[in-house]
Amino acid sequence: MQAYIIRRLLALIPTLIFASLIVFITVRLIPGDVIDLMLSSNDIGADKKSREQLEAALGLDRPMVAQYFRWAGAILFEGSLGNSLWQNTPVTEEILHRLPITFELGLMALAVALIAGIPIGVYSAVAQDTMGDYVTRSFAILALALPGFWVGTLVMVFPSIWWGWSPEVKFTAFSENPLTNLGQMAIPALILGMAFSAVVMRLTRTMMLEVMRQDYIRTALAKGLATRTTILRHALRNALIPVVTLVGLQAPVLVGGTVILEQIFVIPGMGLLLLEAVSQRDYPIITGVFLIVGVVVVLINLLVDLSYGILDPKVRYR
Amino acid sequence: MSLLSVRGLSTEFRTERGVVKAVDDVSFDLAAGETLAIVGESGSGKSVTAMSILRLIPDPPGKISAGEVVFDGRDLLKLSDEEIRAIRGDRIAMIFQEPMSSLNPSLTVGLQIAEPINLHRKTPWAAAMDMAVELLERVRMSDARSRVKAYPHQFSGGMRQRAMIAMALACQPQLIIADEPTTALDVTVQAQILALLKEVTRAANSALILITHDLGVVARYADRVCVMYGGRIVEAGPAREIYARPRHPYTIGLMASVPRLDQEAGSRLVPIEGSPPNLANLPPGCAFAPRCRRAVDICRSERPPLVKSAPDHLSACHFHAQLSAPVGSHVGT
Repeated sequence: MQAYIIRRLLALIPTLIFASLIVFITVRLIPGDVIDLMLSSNDIGADKKSREQLEAALGLDRPMVAQYFRWAGAILFEGSLGNSLWQNTPVTEEILHRLPITFELGLMALAVALIAGIPIGVYSAVAQDTMGDYVTRSFAILALALPGFWVGTLVMVFPSIWWGWSPEVKFTAFSENPLTNLGQMAIPALILGMAFSAVVMRLTRTMMLEVMRQDYIRTALAKGLATRTTILRHALRNALIPVVTLVGLQAPVLVGGTVILEQIFVIPGMGLLLLEAVSQRDYPIITGVFLIVGVVVVLINLLVDLSYGILDPKVRYR
Repeated sequence: MSLLSVRGLSTEFRTERGVVKAVDDVSFDLAAGETLAIVGESGSGKSVTAMSILRLIPDPPGKISAGEVVFDGRDLLKLSDEEIRAIRGDRIAMIFQEPMSSLNPSLTVGLQIAEPINLHRKTPWAAAMDMAVELLERVRMSDARSRVKAYPHQFSGGMRQRAMIAMALACQPQLIIADEPTTALDVTVQAQILALLKEVTRAANSALILITHDLGVVARYADRVCVMYGGRIVEAGPAREIYARPRHPYTIGLMASVPRLDQEAGSRLVPIEGSPPNLANLPPGCAFAPRCRRAVDICRSERPPLVKSAPDHLSACHFHAQLSAPVGSHVGT
């Protein structure tokens, strides 16, 4: 098991090198570079001299390959992701500050998805082809079809028109006031989790129907177990294995969802940081965020793979 | 008084091609401690009969449409869900055909054996697990103490079927229904498992219903036999009697298609020609008529009732009286 984890972590290295190269190059290809933005925002004429001075000061005058190695070297030897081009603050610090917020949002959305998706999926399977099944399935399709950014915008706009209420814009950290913080995160987490819960629900339903047809379910019933015990003890565990896989596969989608919802609900997480950085062409922040997101996604998938070992006794890691 | 009395049992399945009568007006009795074999080919209704006794037919599409199943004085078909659950696994236990898929892959074998004890006897899990070890020892599993912690995929087919037998024995049931318990196993293991099954049921004084398509099994292990064809019983009686004097062409055909040690050297096995009947569309007369070499007009128009052909010997053939001669003379070689 330990050797397996170490091997998986080592395999992370080429993935990250490749991903960082792509991000590093593509952000520099976005039209309109950071120098133009800085010069225009400071009202300095875009003459050649001040351009060159600024480029040299930010280290952008060197060839891209050299920039990449300098950046990668700093990560390896100093554990630093560089400094923000605008604020000149360390990117690592900025990300460490924002990561927990996004993590909290993602975790809450995941909780919403699983808490709603799994029981409804089980119910829908057990009540197959009844009214309840049709209703829950229709809701699932609806939840899948409504884009999060649209629902988010509606939640921002309509309550304020109707009741003069809108979600709090000033963000409260969990450490400051947990209740206020959870209340603030609840709506975006619900919206983010809703579409995900629909996917979880549909897969749980399909897998439950599949598992309930298995011979060992008949064995369980022949022992005299009640339907409830049969489902909980004999069916659910086997049905959940693919659902766990789905959670791993959906992790990057969840990250993508937070970028949009953080923007709408003004939550100062990684998503908002990224959006600001992209509009300002703050290259070190963009590459830094993508690198960390990449690491997190790979780690989540490692956790998912390890959890198979708990759910499925046939899986043993060597 | 018999332990189990099945009267006029009919089970239907609603399919896209119409209602299929998988079991049609089946009646038989079973005394305590007795072994009854239900013999027939695939689709003859023997497994559905077994499943109907414990009401394990998935509904929909299945439905027990008529009859009664009186076990120990109570009609199982009239019990509430809770009452039938109290019977399942406690008073009547079942062993299934596929030991590979009949055990839950994600639970330990010990837990699955201990489960009915915990459920019906309210024994705490730890004590029930100790009993699971004893049960595994009783079905001659070596190293039972460590095997209870194993998962089904770590067992061979024969070991899994031993575990299934241990599970069935858990609450000392009065009746064990074994649905083709050895069909999926290697030939060498089949005999061991059947001998074990017979031995443990005898030791526990449990009655046994053995569902099989193998007449060889019947001869060795059963006291009584019901032969099923097209969802109905076509012949029933003591195993010896049926073996010596079969009174239905289908039984005779089955015997001719099974190798026997007492056959003359050089005699050939005779297959039953044609294919099993389509239960959704049975012929008006005898279901076996299209495959029967003796069939005449009446066989195709009138369904023969199951009648007493000899003392303690039932047959559903218009010509049962003429079929009473020993087997050999009827089978052309």
